[in-house]
Amino acid sequence: MKKIISLTVNGVMHEVAIEPRRTLLELLREDLGLTGTKKGCGIGDCGSCTVLVDGMATLSCLTLAIQVDGRSVETVEGLARDGKLSRLQQSFVDQGAIQCGFCTPGMLMTATELLRRNPHPDEQEIRRAISGNLCRCTGYQKIVEAVQAAARTEP
Amino acid sequence: MSKYRILNTRVPRVDAVDKASGKALYTDDLKRPGMLYAAILHSPLAHARILNIDTSRAERLPGVKAIVTHREAGITPYGVSPARYDETIFCHDKVRYVGDEIAAVAAVDHDTALEAANLIKADFEEMPAVLDGRMAMDDGQPQLHEMYENNICARVHWHFGDIEEGRRQSHLVRTDRLTSKMQDAAFMEPQSVLAEVDSHGNLTMWSSTQAPHYVQRTLALALRLPLHKVRVIKPAVGGGFGPKASCSTAELATCLLAIKTGNPVKITFDREQVFLHSRARHQFFHTMTTGVRKDGTLAFLEHQCILDGGAYASFGIVTIYYAGSLLGGPYRLKNMKYDGYRVVTNKPACGAQRGHGAVIARALFEVQLDRIAEELGMDPIELRLKNVMEAGETTCNELYVSSFGMREALEAVRDSAAWKKKRSSSGKTRGRGTGIGAACGFFVSGAGYSIYRSRTYHCTVLTKVDEVGGGVTVFSGAADIGQGSDTVLAMITAEELGLDVDDVKVVAGDSSLSVDLGAYSSRTTLMTGHACREAARDVKQQILNAVGGCLGVPPETLDLKDNRVVGLADKIDFSELRREYLQEHRGFMDLPDGPHLTFREASRIAFLECGTIVGTGKYRPPPLGGSFKGAAVGTSPAFGCSAQVAEVSVDLETGEVTLGRITGAHDCGFAINPTQVEGQMQGSMMMGTGEALMEQIIYDKKGRIINANLAEYKIPTALDMPRLETIIVESNEPHGPYGAKEVGEGAIMPVIPSILNAIYDATGVRIEELPVTPERLVAALQADRNKSQRKK
Repeated sequence: MKKIISLTVNGVMHEVAIEPRRTLLELLREDLGLTGTKKGCGIGDCGSCTVLVDGMATLSCLTLAIQVDGRSVETVEGLARDGKLSRLQQSFVDQGAIQCGFCTPGMLMTATELLRRNPHPDEQEIRRAISGNLCRCTGYQKIVEAVQAAARTEP
Repeated sequence: MSKYRILNTRVPRVDAVDKASGKALYTDDLKRPGMLYAAILHSPLAHARILNIDTSRAERLPGVKAIVTHREAGITPYGVSPARYDETIFCHDKVRYVGDEIAAVAAVDHDTALEAANLIKADFEEMPAVLDGRMAMDDGQPQLHEMYENNICARVHWHFGDIEEGRRQSHLVRTDRLTSKMQDAAFMEPQSVLAEVDSHGNLTMWSSTQAPHYVQRTLALALRLPLHKVRVIKPAVGGGFGPKASCSTAELATCLLAIKTGNPVKITFDREQVFLHSRARHQFFHTMTTGVRKDGTLAFLEHQCILDGGAYASFGIVTIYYAGSLLGGPYRLKNMKYDGYRVVTNKPACGAQRGHGAVIARALFEVQLDRIAEELGMDPIELRLKNVMEAGETTCNELYVSSFGMREALEAVRDSAAWKKKRSSSGKTRGRGTGIGAACGFFVSGAGYSIYRSRTYHCTVLTKVDEVGGGVTVFSGAADIGQGSDTVLAMITAEELGLDVDDVKVVAGDSSLSVDLGAYSSRTTLMTGHACREAARDVKQQILNAVGGCLGVPPETLDLKDNRVVGLADKIDFSELRREYLQEHRGFMDLPDGPHLTFREASRIAFLECGTIVGTGKYRPPPLGGSFKGAAVGTSPAFGCSAQVAEVSVDLETGEVTLGRITGAHDCGFAINPTQVEGQMQGSMMMGTGEALMEQIIYDKKGRIINANLAEYKIPTALDMPRLETIIVESNEPHGPYGAKEVGEGAIMPVIPSILNAIYDATGVRIEELPVTPERLVAALQADRNKSQRKK
């Protein structure tokens, strides 16, 4: 039996009918066509599906869609404003923090949350924050540097 | 001042903005009208005869559109090496590992497909399984394949030089062993496939593959289709590292279902299926006996290796050759004997993974060098420096090393890590919990031969000038799987044509665009780089010929630089050409003016004169290597080399290893893009760290993987990795475009042994089984303490 929920995704209000067993990840990717959020494991191990729910970094593969009824979701598609990348996105591009790019959306969402609550984190705080986001390409070095560089230019 | 405008700079990757904004499309992001979803039925048993497969209940499930088994798929054998075609799309006589594929279903949605797969009833007669690679060759063991007597899928017996002579020269001889576990590549994107057939019978498959060309061939072979009717497209790929280089049942079954239903069909693996499909790192059992002269000069190496490769050959034939051949460098070694056996067992098939075949062999050899140095009372880096090869030398197995920054790399990490200061103090503090270790590595820069016997070009590139003028498009079959090859192609083209990277579009990863053998053996920068440069130069010549012809100027006096034609003397009047361009673009903004003929004008003129301008480039390596059996594997137009110093601290109570500073140097010949070179080095350090300390596939007694997920199969997180220092060495490779050669795989070579040597320095104990988990280290420390107490 589908249930009707309403939620805000990247500032846009959506009303959708969805089966209670389906996840937020499925809602985003399949129902709303927001494929920027990635599924790397489906069981909460890799962090690729991280989105922000009411500003909190959340694993969308472990969150039921009906749990976000009435709440606000931010995904990687919502980070750029007026066609301009966010400071953190631009920093990922400039610092070479992106290789295969599959962990990138989740990594960006986790780091976005970090910088909002702690605009000037030290290296260890960055590593701790992203330690739930696996990356197999970069050795994390340039990701950490990209977050640091974005934090340096934070007003 | 660099002679290049684009090359050797830190241009951001061409796909970075799309990947940072969620716009890059990976296979699982694609949707087609009428698309069905597929699911695969896997074997629950490690070894069993198939008695019956009953699909009738599944067929009756509403929403099921097609079910395929060996009956529909046929049993045409396929595989990676043509001499070892030992797979069929689906199992027909028996299953050979837990996860072996029995059937596939296409249905209206994913849930229905999964439910239908579960409704297929397969009856088995369970057979004894062989799960231990060391026992697989013994008489009386269960046999997996009729074609592999005693489960031996490949054997190599090599003897270069004279090891008896080497033995006679030796002052010190020692034998050591190292064993590893099967490992997973753990790329972030699970395999995904989407297949579709058009009304003319043309099959198009989008897949998260590393090698569209090989996959195209395998699809045509196993599905019995004409090659030209099969097109393989690689969308964005979320990492490969080797396992995505071979064609999979997921790819074959999805195509078959698309053909059968007439609808597009998609499948995406869940993470457990990634582990079950594997095709990742083999399990290695190495024994090495090495002799040195009194002064530390290497005298001989006698090497035995058993590779446990799981149920099928996959890339394993290449693996067993690489495991021996790549010890030919980076040290002068005149006498080398190698006996390798690649066996099959009832476990998921292993294949290629970063540093193909050579990683664990390298680890043991570098550990041996340290142990030898210790016995001789020499500094381990000094021992290595005494033996390193120089450019222009040939190894005992006939690998010619045309550029070689090994000495420079080793000295660079030694000095950067302050080795002399730290090592001399740590010699006295051995076993007190902190340590430092070093190691070197050696790897091919592209395989010298294609996997099927052929004189095929290894890659071709087409570069087309936009008819409207101003930009160019590069068409290539090369596979960017995250390593950044599209960016390399764009940079080379921009450099040659004097353009900005943004004016070059790269369309790649499609078997219908050009031939390219794919992203494996660290080949793309060197090989496709050559072809790309040739195509760009072809385009340039055609443009300059056209412009020169119009102006009555010899084209050889002209060049393209900084978005314009250079070399036109002041008195040459090109106003007629400009007038024509302006006339064509009445009302347009931003029209060319000023004293120079722009690329936009020149490329438009070339079209007006000659029609569409297309440049082509191609590359294949020259004949390489010796004439002995298996000489092809290990050959390459060039060889990369690397060195690393690792610093660790070990909790002697818990056995927990913490990495301190990691300092690596890699000779990539010439860094087309230093940021990407560093990225490959840093990624290698992470993967090597995982393999050294935490990564292992664990099986139960029935051959089932008990840690087929990323929580229990541990890979390093950001907290496990220290700061990584990277030093780029540029030795200017004569056979590489602009002097460039590999970095993708060679950089992993010294990682594991440098960590092992550092752990020894910190603890005084040697671990002969990877990974060095806290449990293994604590047990070894305990055994060491017991031994020393007994001595007292």
